[in-house]
Amino acid sequence: MTRLRRFLFFWYDFVVGDDWRMAVAVVAALVITFVLAGAGLPAWWVLSLAVLVVLPLSLRHATRDR
Amino acid sequence: MTSAALFVAVFLACAVEAVEALTIVLAAGTARDWRSALWGVGAGLSALAVIVAALGPALTAIPIDALRMVIGGLLLIFGLQWLRKVILRATGHKALHDESRIFDETLAAARSADSRRSAVIGDWYAFTLSFKGLLLEGLEVAFIVLTFGVSQGGIGTATVAALCAVALVTGVGIAVMAPLARVPENGLIAVGRRKVTA
Repeated sequence: MTRLRRFLFFWYDFVVGDDWRMAVAVVAALVITFVLAGAGLPAWWVLSLAVLVVLPLSLRHATRDR
Repeated sequence: MTSAALFVAVFLACAVEAVEALTIVLAAGTARDWRSALWGVGAGLSALAVIVAALGPALTAIPIDALRMVIGGLLLIFGLQWLRKVILRATGHKALHDESRIFDETLAAARSADSRRSAVIGDWYAFTLSFKGLLLEGLEVAFIVLTFGVSQGGIGTATVAALCAVALVTGVGIAVMAPLARVPENGLIAVGRRKVTA
């Protein structure tokens, strides 16, 4: 593995962690919140809902792999 | 989050990182060469200081709302990953974090590795192992201080908490000269996460 790849892998592992789906879900929820808030609609529930949905799904995925 | 809660959260999170760094340095020193391992610690701390000094002022140039959104997003990702890990460990789907096992594995790898020597650094393997361990765990500590401190408006409290955690773990590590296997890292992660979301 080259030094650059090791460097990039470190940051990926550091920021994203064990399950990339959770990172993607958080980013997607932030984008939806941004869009809703920009349109003047209530957006407080988006991140909460994202956490409630994505955590059980990630756990289910992790336990099913074993 | 109150200042006390912020202090506790940062202290616990940084203590976990400090224990991991201590394990690596102890393994490098015990298996290879203490002098080179301590050179690695010094070099790692110096590199960390340069990185923090260079990037710290740059943060003030970023608009506060954008900074909050990025840090809030990262904090949420970290919090979810920690919570996921704790639940998997508590339910037996993931092995508990075992500092003794990690120490033994690092020790075995260090003992079997070849090394180059130079006039200043007696053992490059011990130096590199300590340097990388210190720098990576130190970056995580800096990141914790930054994310918790900025999001809660208490960068000073977060910094003091991190310094206390590192000083305590270093002091205990020097006193016992052994990996801090009895530190309940899994519990600390769970408590720290609860404090973050409180």
